[in-house]
Amino acid sequence: MLHTNTIVDMSSTGALPLQITNLQIAKKGNLLLNEVSLKIESNDVTIVLGPNGAGKSLLLRAAHGLEAPNKGTIKWNAHQPEPQHAWRSYIFQKPVLLRRSVRANLEYVLSLHDVNKSDYDSLISAALEQTGLSKIADRNARVLSGGEQQRLNIARAWVLQPKVMLLDEPTAELDPSGTAVIERLIETIAQQGTKIIMTTHDLGQAHRLANDIIFLHQGCLIEHTTAEKFFEHAETKLARNFIAGELLTEDLST
Amino acid sequence: MNDFSHAFSKALQLIIQLDPALLEIIGLSLRVSITAVLIASIIGLPLGAALALYKFYGRGIIVALLNAFMGLPPVVVGLVVYLILSRSGPLGVLGLLFTPTAMIIAQVCLITPIVAALTRQTILDANDEYHEQLRALGAKASRMMKTLLWETRFSLMTGVFAGFGRAIAEVGAVLIVGGNINHATRVMTTAIALETRKGDIELALALGIILITISLIVTSLVMSARHAAYQYHS
Repeated sequence: MLHTNTIVDMSSTGALPLQITNLQIAKKGNLLLNEVSLKIESNDVTIVLGPNGAGKSLLLRAAHGLEAPNKGTIKWNAHQPEPQHAWRSYIFQKPVLLRRSVRANLEYVLSLHDVNKSDYDSLISAALEQTGLSKIADRNARVLSGGEQQRLNIARAWVLQPKVMLLDEPTAELDPSGTAVIERLIETIAQQGTKIIMTTHDLGQAHRLANDIIFLHQGCLIEHTTAEKFFEHAETKLARNFIAGELLTEDLST
Repeated sequence: MNDFSHAFSKALQLIIQLDPALLEIIGLSLRVSITAVLIASIIGLPLGAALALYKFYGRGIIVALLNAFMGLPPVVVGLVVYLILSRSGPLGVLGLLFTPTAMIIAQVCLITPIVAALTRQTILDANDEYHEQLRALGAKASRMMKTLLWETRFSLMTGVFAGFGRAIAEVGAVLIVGGNINHATRVMTTAIALETRKGDIELALALGIILITISLIVTSLVMSARHAAYQYHS
Protein backbone atom coordinates (compact mmCIF):
# COMPACT_ATOMS: atom_id res chain seq x y z
CA MET A 1 0.00 0.00 0.00
CA LEU A 2 1.25 3.42 -0.86
CA HIS A 3 0.33 6.40 1.25
CA THR A 4 1.02 10.04 0.77
CA ASN A 5 3.67 10.25 3.42
CA THR A 6 5.68 7.61 1.56
CA ILE A 7 5.46 9.74 -1.57
CA VAL A 8 6.88 12.71 0.28
CA ASP A 9 9.57 10.59 1.87
CA MET A 10 10.67 9.18 -1.43
CA SER A 11 12.28 12.33 -2.77
CA SER A 12 14.84 12.09 -0.01
CA THR A 13 15.66 8.38 -0.20
CA GLY A 14 16.69 8.29 -3.88
CA ALA A 15 16.22 5.54 -6.44
CA LEU A 16 19.79 5.79 -7.70
CA PRO A 17 22.17 4.37 -8.54
CA LEU A 18 20.75 2.51 -11.50
CA GLN A 19 23.14 -0.27 -12.33
CA ILE A 20 22.82 -2.04 -15.68
CA THR A 21 25.13 -4.98 -16.19
CA ASN A 22 25.77 -6.91 -19.41
CA LEU A 23 22.27 -6.18 -20.66
CA GLN A 24 21.42 -8.13 -23.75
CA ILE A 25 18.10 -8.10 -25.60
CA ALA A 26 17.44 -9.95 -28.83
CA LYS A 27 14.27 -10.13 -30.89
CA LYS A 28 13.56 -12.47 -33.77
CA GLY A 29 17.22 -13.42 -33.87
CA ASN A 30 18.45 -9.82 -34.03
CA LEU A 31 20.67 -8.62 -31.23
CA LEU A 32 19.21 -5.22 -30.36
CA LEU A 33 21.13 -4.46 -27.18
CA ASN A 34 24.55 -6.02 -26.82
CA GLU A 35 26.37 -6.30 -23.50
CA VAL A 36 25.37 -2.85 -22.28
CA SER A 37 26.79 -2.03 -18.87
CA LEU A 38 26.43 1.36 -17.21
CA LYS A 39 25.80 3.06 -13.92
CA ILE A 40 23.70 6.17 -13.41
CA GLU A 41 24.31 7.90 -10.10
CA SER A 42 23.73 11.64 -10.31
CA ASN A 43 20.24 12.97 -9.75
CA ASP A 44 19.94 15.19 -12.82
CA VAL A 45 19.21 14.80 -16.53
CA THR A 46 20.63 11.82 -18.38
CA ILE A 47 20.11 11.76 -22.13
CA VAL A 48 20.23 8.55 -24.10
CA LEU A 49 21.40 9.61 -27.53
CA GLY A 50 21.88 7.81 -30.81
CA PRO A 51 20.58 7.43 -34.34
CA ASN A 52 17.42 5.50 -35.18
CA GLY A 53 17.71 1.83 -34.35
CA ALA A 54 20.48 2.36 -31.82
CA GLY A 55 18.44 0.68 -29.07
CA LYS A 56 17.64 3.85 -27.09
CA SER A 57 13.97 3.12 -26.52
CA LEU A 58 14.67 -0.52 -25.78
CA LEU A 59 17.15 0.45 -23.08
CA LEU A 60 14.63 2.81 -21.51
CA ARG A 61 11.83 0.24 -21.74
CA ALA A 62 14.04 -2.36 -20.10
CA ALA A 63 14.81 0.08 -17.30
CA HIS A 64 11.06 0.36 -16.62
CA GLY A 65 10.48 -3.38 -16.81
CA LEU A 66 8.62 -3.22 -20.12
CA GLU A 67 11.17 -5.52 -21.77
CA ALA A 68 12.65 -8.63 -20.27
CA PRO A 69 16.41 -8.97 -20.78
CA ASN A 70 17.73 -12.11 -22.45
CA LYS A 71 20.84 -11.68 -20.38
CA GLY A 72 22.20 -9.28 -17.81
CA THR A 73 20.60 -7.34 -14.98
CA ILE A 74 18.97 -4.00 -14.30
CA LYS A 75 19.13 -2.88 -10.70
CA TRP A 76 17.69 0.23 -9.16
CA ASN A 77 18.73 1.21 -5.65
CA ALA A 78 17.71 -1.83 -3.67
CA HIS A 79 15.63 -0.10 -1.03
CA GLN A 80 12.77 1.01 -3.21
CA PRO A 81 9.23 0.28 -2.07
CA GLU A 82 6.77 -1.70 -4.16
CA PRO A 83 5.02 -1.07 -6.44
CA GLN A 84 7.78 0.26 -8.63
CA HIS A 85 5.39 2.31 -10.74
CA ALA A 86 4.76 4.64 -7.85
CA TRP A 87 8.30 5.98 -7.61
CA ARG A 88 9.20 5.59 -11.27
CA SER A 89 7.15 6.69 -14.24
CA TYR A 90 7.43 6.30 -17.98
CA ILE A 91 6.46 8.63 -20.81
CA PHE A 92 5.76 7.20 -24.23
CA GLN A 93 6.50 9.15 -27.37
CA LYS A 94 2.84 9.11 -28.33
CA PRO A 95 0.56 9.72 -25.36
CA VAL A 96 -2.34 7.31 -24.93
CA LEU A 97 -4.79 9.30 -22.85
CA LEU A 98 -8.01 7.96 -21.41
CA ARG A 99 -11.31 9.14 -22.86
CA ARG A 100 -12.20 11.36 -19.95
CA SER A 101 -11.29 14.77 -18.61
CA VAL A 102 -7.75 15.98 -17.94
CA ARG A 103 -8.42 15.81 -14.20
CA ALA A 104 -9.94 12.31 -14.45
CA ASN A 105 -6.84 11.11 -16.28
CA LEU A 106 -4.77 12.13 -13.27
CA GLU A 107 -7.29 10.69 -10.83
CA TYR A 108 -7.03 7.39 -12.64
CA VAL A 109 -3.32 7.08 -11.85
CA LEU A 110 -3.94 7.87 -8.18
CA SER A 111 -6.69 5.23 -8.07
CA LEU A 112 -4.24 2.62 -9.39
CA HIS A 113 -1.96 3.21 -6.43
CA ASP A 114 -4.33 3.31 -3.45
CA VAL A 115 -3.61 6.94 -2.64
CA ASN A 116 -5.88 8.33 0.09
CA LYS A 117 -8.88 10.08 -1.46
CA SER A 118 -8.27 13.05 0.79
CA ASP A 119 -4.93 13.63 -0.96
CA TYR A 120 -6.34 13.57 -4.49
CA ASP A 121 -7.07 17.29 -4.70
CA SER A 122 -3.67 18.49 -3.57
CA LEU A 123 -1.73 16.01 -5.73
CA ILE A 124 -3.85 16.75 -8.82
CA SER A 125 -3.66 20.52 -8.34
CA ALA A 126 0.11 20.30 -7.99
CA ALA A 127 0.43 18.28 -11.21
CA LEU A 128 -1.95 20.58 -13.11
CA GLU A 129 -0.09 23.65 -11.95
CA GLN A 130 3.30 22.15 -12.71
CA THR A 131 2.26 21.45 -16.30
CA GLY A 132 0.15 24.56 -16.82
CA LEU A 133 -3.06 22.60 -17.38
CA SER A 134 -5.14 24.03 -14.52
CA LYS A 135 -7.36 26.06 -16.85
CA ILE A 136 -8.29 23.10 -19.03
CA ALA A 137 -8.62 20.54 -16.23
CA ASP A 138 -12.20 19.74 -17.19
CA ARG A 139 -11.67 19.40 -20.93
CA ASN A 140 -11.80 15.99 -22.58
CA ALA A 141 -8.23 14.75 -22.83
CA ARG A 142 -8.73 13.43 -26.36
CA VAL A 143 -9.57 16.81 -27.87
CA LEU A 144 -6.44 18.57 -26.60
CA SER A 145 -3.72 19.76 -28.97
CA GLY A 146 -0.60 17.64 -29.40
CA GLY A 147 1.41 19.82 -27.04
CA GLU A 148 -1.31 19.83 -24.38
CA GLN A 149 -1.66 16.06 -24.68
CA GLN A 150 2.05 15.60 -24.07
CA ARG A 151 1.87 17.97 -21.10
CA LEU A 152 -0.96 15.90 -19.67
CA ASN A 153 1.12 12.81 -20.35
CA ILE A 154 3.87 14.33 -18.23
CA ALA A 155 1.40 15.51 -15.57
CA ARG A 156 0.09 11.94 -15.38
CA ALA A 157 3.62 10.61 -14.96
CA TRP A 158 4.37 13.26 -12.35
CA VAL A 159 1.18 13.18 -10.28
CA LEU A 160 2.61 10.63 -7.84
CA GLN A 161 5.73 12.82 -7.62
CA PRO A 162 8.09 10.00 -8.60
CA LYS A 163 11.82 9.89 -7.97
CA VAL A 164 12.57 8.89 -11.54
CA MET A 165 10.92 9.81 -14.82
CA LEU A 166 11.83 7.91 -17.97
CA LEU A 167 10.89 9.75 -21.16
CA ASP A 168 11.01 8.14 -24.60
CA GLU A 169 11.41 10.88 -27.24
CA PRO A 170 8.75 13.05 -25.61
CA THR A 171 9.01 15.83 -28.22
CA ALA A 172 9.30 13.72 -31.38
CA GLU A 173 5.76 14.59 -32.50
CA LEU A 174 5.74 18.24 -31.47
CA ASP A 175 6.48 21.50 -33.28
CA PRO A 176 9.39 23.68 -32.11
CA SER A 177 7.34 25.80 -29.69
CA GLY A 178 5.66 22.70 -28.23
CA THR A 179 9.09 21.16 -27.89
CA ALA A 180 10.40 24.23 -26.04
CA VAL A 181 7.51 24.06 -23.55
CA ILE A 182 8.15 20.39 -22.83
CA GLU A 183 11.89 20.95 -22.47
CA ARG A 184 11.32 23.73 -19.95
CA LEU A 185 8.92 21.49 -18.05
CA ILE A 186 11.46 18.67 -17.95
CA GLU A 187 14.10 21.07 -16.63
CA THR A 188 11.79 22.29 -13.89
CA ILE A 189 10.94 18.75 -12.85
CA ALA A 190 14.62 17.85 -12.75
CA GLN A 191 15.43 20.91 -10.66
CA GLN A 192 12.80 19.83 -8.15
CA GLY A 193 14.73 16.62 -7.59
CA THR A 194 13.20 14.05 -9.97
CA LYS A 195 15.79 12.07 -11.89
CA ILE A 196 15.23 12.36 -15.65
CA ILE A 197 16.37 9.72 -18.10
CA MET A 198 15.29 10.58 -21.60
CA THR A 199 15.96 9.33 -25.11
CA THR A 200 16.34 11.58 -28.10
CA HIS A 201 17.96 11.62 -31.52
CA ASP A 202 17.95 15.41 -31.46
CA LEU A 203 21.47 16.73 -30.81
CA GLY A 204 20.27 20.23 -29.98
CA GLN A 205 17.90 18.88 -27.39
CA ALA A 206 20.62 16.74 -25.86
CA HIS A 207 22.84 19.80 -25.75
CA ARG A 208 20.17 21.90 -24.04
CA LEU A 209 19.10 19.38 -21.40
CA ALA A 210 21.80 16.84 -20.67
CA ASN A 211 24.07 16.61 -17.68
CA ASP A 212 25.38 13.33 -18.94
CA ILE A 213 25.04 11.48 -22.22
CA ILE A 214 24.68 7.80 -22.95
CA PHE A 215 25.55 7.35 -26.61
CA LEU A 216 24.32 4.16 -28.26
CA HIS A 217 24.92 2.83 -31.73
CA GLN A 218 23.59 -0.42 -33.17
CA GLY A 219 22.78 -1.78 -29.75
CA CYS A 220 26.17 -1.08 -28.23
CA LEU A 221 27.12 1.47 -25.61
CA ILE A 222 29.72 3.68 -27.26
CA GLU A 223 30.18 6.41 -24.66
CA HIS A 224 28.77 7.38 -21.29
CA THR A 225 30.19 10.69 -20.17
CA THR A 226 29.26 14.21 -19.10
CA ALA A 227 27.51 16.31 -21.70
CA GLU A 228 30.34 18.80 -21.68
CA LYS A 229 32.93 16.18 -22.41
CA PHE A 230 30.76 14.47 -25.00
CA PHE A 231 30.17 17.57 -27.06
CA GLU A 232 33.67 19.05 -26.68
CA HIS A 233 35.95 16.03 -26.75
CA ALA A 234 34.06 12.90 -27.69
CA GLU A 235 36.39 9.95 -27.37
CA THR A 236 35.14 7.82 -30.24
CA LYS A 237 35.01 8.51 -33.93
CA LEU A 238 31.40 7.28 -34.00
CA ALA A 239 30.35 9.94 -31.49
CA ARG A 240 32.31 12.67 -33.25
CA ASN A 241 30.70 11.71 -36.57
CA PHE A 242 27.26 11.72 -34.99
CA ILE A 243 27.84 15.15 -33.46
CA ALA A 244 29.07 16.41 -36.83
CA GLY A 245 25.81 15.19 -38.33
CA GLU A 246 27.43 12.66 -40.60
CA LEU A 247 25.65 9.44 -41.27
CA LEU A 248 26.88 6.54 -39.27
CA THR A 249 27.38 4.02 -41.97
CA GLU A 250 30.62 2.44 -40.87
CA ASP A 251 30.81 -0.82 -39.05
CA LEU A 252 31.61 -0.87 -35.35
CA SER A 253 34.76 -2.90 -35.89
CA THR A 254 36.45 -0.16 -37.89
CA MET B 1 -54.99 -3.11 -53.66
CA ASN B 2 -58.12 -1.64 -52.15
CA ASP B 3 -58.09 -4.38 -49.52
CA PHE B 4 -54.54 -3.49 -48.69
CA SER B 5 -55.14 0.22 -48.23
CA HIS B 6 -58.22 -0.62 -46.16
CA ALA B 7 -56.11 -2.92 -43.95
CA PHE B 8 -53.41 -0.33 -43.72
CA SER B 9 -55.73 2.41 -42.46
CA LYS B 10 -57.26 -0.03 -39.96
CA ALA B 11 -53.76 -0.89 -38.78
CA LEU B 12 -52.92 2.77 -38.26
CA GLN B 13 -56.19 3.12 -36.38
CA LEU B 14 -55.20 0.29 -34.03
CA ILE B 15 -51.93 2.01 -33.33
CA ILE B 16 -53.43 5.44 -32.79
CA GLN B 17 -56.17 4.06 -30.54
CA LEU B 18 -53.52 2.23 -28.50
CA ASP B 19 -55.43 -1.02 -28.92
CA PRO B 20 -55.01 -3.05 -25.68
CA ALA B 21 -54.30 -6.34 -27.49
CA LEU B 22 -51.65 -4.59 -29.56
CA LEU B 23 -50.05 -2.97 -26.51
CA GLU B 24 -49.98 -6.24 -24.61
CA ILE B 25 -48.08 -7.95 -27.42
CA ILE B 26 -45.64 -5.07 -27.85
CA GLY B 27 -45.08 -4.92 -24.11
CA LEU B 28 -44.22 -8.60 -23.88
CA SER B 29 -41.92 -8.36 -26.90
CA LEU B 30 -39.97 -5.52 -25.36
CA ARG B 31 -39.87 -7.15 -21.94
CA VAL B 32 -38.53 -10.45 -23.32
CA SER B 33 -35.96 -8.92 -25.66
CA ILE B 34 -34.72 -6.21 -23.31
CA THR B 35 -34.29 -8.75 -20.51
CA ALA B 36 -32.51 -11.07 -22.94
CA VAL B 37 -30.14 -8.35 -24.13
CA LEU B 38 -29.36 -7.32 -20.55
CA ILE B 39 -28.50 -10.89 -19.56
CA ALA B 40 -26.54 -11.39 -22.79
CA SER B 41 -24.56 -8.24 -22.00
CA ILE B 42 -23.84 -9.30 -18.42
CA ILE B 43 -22.43 -12.56 -19.80
CA GLY B 44 -21.08 -11.40 -23.16
CA LEU B 45 -19.20 -8.21 -22.24
CA PRO B 46 -16.87 -9.77 -19.63
CA LEU B 47 -16.63 -13.01 -21.61
CA GLY B 48 -15.59 -11.15 -24.77
CA ALA B 49 -13.12 -9.01 -22.82
CA ALA B 50 -11.63 -12.05 -21.07
CA LEU B 51 -11.25 -13.83 -24.41
CA ALA B 52 -9.39 -10.80 -25.73
CA LEU B 53 -7.12 -10.27 -22.74
CA TYR B 54 -6.42 -13.63 -21.12
CA LYS B 55 -4.75 -16.69 -22.49
CA PHE B 56 -6.25 -19.89 -21.19
CA TYR B 57 -6.77 -23.46 -22.25
CA GLY B 58 -9.57 -23.80 -24.80
CA ARG B 59 -9.71 -20.12 -25.69
CA GLY B 60 -9.29 -20.81 -29.39
CA ILE B 61 -12.20 -23.23 -29.41
CA ILE B 62 -14.48 -20.80 -27.55
CA VAL B 63 -13.63 -18.02 -29.99
CA ALA B 64 -14.31 -20.27 -32.98
CA LEU B 65 -17.62 -21.39 -31.45
CA LEU B 66 -18.68 -17.82 -30.67
CA ASN B 67 -18.02 -16.71 -34.21
CA ALA B 68 -19.91 -19.71 -35.55
CA PHE B 69 -22.81 -19.15 -33.13
CA MET B 70 -23.19 -15.52 -34.23
CA GLY B 71 -25.09 -16.76 -37.26
CA LEU B 72 -27.07 -19.54 -35.59
CA PRO B 73 -30.47 -20.24 -37.17
CA PRO B 74 -33.03 -19.19 -34.52
CA VAL B 75 -35.21 -22.25 -35.13
CA VAL B 76 -32.33 -24.55 -34.24
CA VAL B 77 -31.65 -22.62 -31.04
CA GLY B 78 -35.37 -22.84 -30.31
CA LEU B 79 -35.34 -26.57 -30.89
CA VAL B 80 -32.36 -27.14 -28.57
CA VAL B 81 -33.83 -24.97 -25.80
CA TYR B 82 -37.16 -26.76 -26.30
CA LEU B 83 -35.50 -30.16 -25.84
CA ILE B 84 -33.73 -28.98 -22.70
CA LEU B 85 -36.83 -27.42 -21.14
CA SER B 86 -39.41 -29.99 -22.30
CA ARG B 87 -40.91 -32.20 -19.64
CA SER B 88 -38.52 -35.09 -20.32
CA GLY B 89 -35.52 -32.79 -20.80
CA PRO B 90 -32.80 -32.09 -18.24
CA LEU B 91 -34.46 -28.91 -16.97
CA GLY B 92 -38.02 -30.14 -17.51
CA VAL B 93 -38.84 -30.10 -13.79
CA LEU B 94 -38.63 -26.31 -13.78
CA GLY B 95 -41.74 -26.16 -15.94
CA LEU B 96 -40.44 -23.25 -17.96
CA LEU B 97 -41.52 -24.37 -21.41
CA PHE B 98 -44.12 -22.06 -23.00
CA THR B 99 -43.38 -19.22 -20.60
CA PRO B 100 -41.74 -15.84 -21.28
CA THR B 101 -38.74 -17.12 -19.29
CA ALA B 102 -38.17 -19.84 -21.88
CA MET B 103 -38.28 -17.19 -24.61
CA ILE B 104 -35.74 -15.09 -22.74
CA ILE B 105 -33.45 -18.12 -22.39
CA ALA B 106 -33.67 -18.82 -26.13
CA GLN B 107 -32.92 -15.20 -27.03
CA VAL B 108 -30.01 -15.07 -24.59
CA CYS B 109 -28.55 -18.11 -26.38
CA LEU B 110 -29.01 -16.34 -29.71
CA ILE B 111 -27.46 -12.98 -28.88
CA THR B 112 -24.79 -13.69 -26.24
CA PRO B 113 -22.42 -14.89 -29.00
CA ILE B 114 -23.00 -11.63 -30.91
CA VAL B 115 -22.29 -9.44 -27.90
CA ALA B 116 -19.28 -11.53 -26.83
CA ALA B 117 -17.70 -11.76 -30.29
CA LEU B 118 -18.07 -8.04 -30.98
CA THR B 119 -16.76 -7.21 -27.49
CA ARG B 120 -13.76 -9.46 -28.04
CA GLN B 121 -12.84 -7.69 -31.28
CA THR B 122 -13.32 -4.23 -29.77
CA ILE B 123 -11.26 -5.00 -26.66
CA LEU B 124 -8.58 -6.68 -28.76
CA ASP B 125 -8.14 -3.48 -30.80
CA ALA B 126 -8.24 -1.23 -27.74
CA ASN B 127 -5.71 -3.41 -25.95
CA ASP B 128 -3.22 -2.86 -28.76
CA GLU B 129 -3.49 0.85 -28.11
CA TYR B 130 -3.69 0.93 -24.30
CA HIS B 131 -1.88 -2.11 -22.97
CA GLU B 132 1.64 -0.74 -22.64
CA GLN B 133 0.49 2.62 -21.35
CA LEU B 134 -1.72 1.12 -18.64
CA ARG B 135 0.98 -1.33 -17.69
CA ALA B 136 3.52 1.46 -17.44
CA LEU B 137 1.13 3.36 -15.17
CA GLY B 138 0.92 0.31 -12.93
CA ALA B 139 -2.54 -1.11 -13.80
CA LYS B 140 -3.08 -4.73 -12.91
CA ALA B 141 -4.87 -7.17 -15.21
CA SER B 142 -8.34 -6.96 -13.65
CA ARG B 143 -8.24 -3.18 -13.58
CA MET B 144 -7.02 -3.11 -17.15
CA MET B 145 -10.07 -5.07 -18.29
CA LYS B 146 -12.43 -2.69 -16.51
CA THR B 147 -10.66 0.32 -17.97
CA LEU B 148 -10.77 -1.05 -21.52
CA LEU B 149 -14.50 -1.88 -21.23
CA TRP B 150 -15.21 1.66 -20.09
CA GLU B 151 -12.96 3.30 -22.68
CA THR B 152 -14.70 1.44 -25.51
CA ARG B 153 -18.21 1.85 -24.15
CA PHE B 154 -19.61 3.46 -27.29
CA SER B 155 -18.19 0.78 -29.57
CA LEU B 156 -19.55 -1.90 -27.25
CA MET B 157 -23.01 -0.36 -27.38
CA THR B 158 -23.19 -1.07 -31.10
CA GLY B 159 -22.80 -4.76 -30.28
CA VAL B 160 -25.49 -4.60 -27.62
CA PHE B 161 -27.94 -2.83 -29.96
CA ALA B 162 -27.18 -5.29 -32.74
CA GLY B 163 -28.05 -8.08 -30.30
CA PHE B 164 -31.31 -6.39 -29.38
CA GLY B 165 -32.17 -5.93 -33.04
CA ARG B 166 -31.72 -9.62 -33.67
CA ALA B 167 -33.70 -10.60 -30.57
CA ILE B 168 -36.76 -8.44 -31.21
CA ALA B 169 -37.03 -9.42 -34.89
CA GLU B 170 -36.49 -13.12 -34.40
CA VAL B 171 -39.47 -15.49 -34.75
CA GLY B 172 -38.29 -19.11 -34.94
CA ALA B 173 -36.92 -19.59 -31.43
CA VAL B 174 -39.66 -17.77 -29.50
CA LEU B 175 -42.34 -19.59 -31.48
CA ILE B 176 -40.96 -23.00 -30.57
CA VAL B 177 -40.24 -22.41 -26.86
CA GLY B 178 -42.99 -19.86 -26.21
CA GLY B 179 -45.78 -21.45 -28.20
CA ASN B 180 -47.43 -18.15 -29.19
CA ILE B 181 -50.05 -18.43 -26.44
CA ASN B 182 -52.45 -15.52 -26.33
CA HIS B 183 -51.99 -13.26 -23.28
CA ALA B 184 -48.99 -15.34 -22.20
CA THR B 185 -46.24 -15.77 -24.76
CA ARG B 186 -47.48 -13.97 -27.85
CA VAL B 187 -44.93 -11.47 -29.11
CA MET B 188 -44.87 -9.26 -32.19
CA THR B 189 -43.19 -11.65 -34.57
CA THR B 190 -45.22 -14.71 -33.63
CA ALA B 191 -48.43 -12.67 -33.66
CA ILE B 192 -47.70 -11.40 -37.16
CA ALA B 193 -47.14 -14.94 -38.39
CA LEU B 194 -50.37 -16.15 -36.79
CA GLU B 195 -52.64 -13.21 -37.67
CA THR B 196 -51.50 -13.25 -41.28
CA ARG B 197 -52.35 -16.93 -41.56
CA LYS B 198 -55.72 -16.29 -39.93
CA GLY B 199 -56.40 -13.50 -42.36
CA ASP B 200 -56.44 -10.75 -39.70
CA ILE B 201 -54.18 -8.56 -41.79
CA GLU B 202 -54.92 -5.36 -39.80
CA LEU B 203 -53.36 -6.51 -36.54
CA ALA B 204 -50.45 -8.15 -38.39
CA LEU B 205 -49.83 -4.99 -40.32
CA ALA B 206 -50.05 -2.77 -37.24
CA LEU B 207 -47.50 -5.00 -35.47
CA GLY B 208 -45.33 -4.96 -38.57
CA ILE B 209 -45.31 -1.15 -38.60
CA ILE B 210 -44.35 -1.08 -34.90
CA LEU B 211 -41.63 -3.67 -35.44
CA ILE B 212 -40.14 -1.73 -38.33
CA THR B 213 -40.26 1.45 -36.26
CA ILE B 214 -38.43 -0.26 -33.41
CA SER B 215 -35.87 -1.62 -35.87
CA LEU B 216 -35.33 1.86 -37.29
CA ILE B 217 -34.90 3.30 -33.80
CA VAL B 218 -32.39 0.58 -32.92
CA THR B 219 -30.53 1.13 -36.19
CA SER B 220 -30.30 4.85 -35.54
CA LEU B 221 -29.10 4.14 -31.99
CA VAL B 222 -26.41 1.88 -33.44
CA MET B 223 -25.44 4.62 -35.86
CA SER B 224 -25.25 7.30 -33.20
CA ALA B 225 -23.26 4.97 -30.93
CA ARG B 226 -20.88 4.39 -33.85
CA HIS B 227 -20.68 8.10 -34.44
CA ALA B 228 -19.93 8.73 -30.77
CA ALA B 229 -17.34 5.95 -30.82
CA TYR B 230 -15.71 7.44 -33.89
CA GLN B 231 -15.67 10.91 -32.37
CA TYR B 232 -14.12 9.57 -29.21
CA HIS B 233 -11.61 7.44 -31.06
CA SER B 234 -10.15 10.26 -33.09
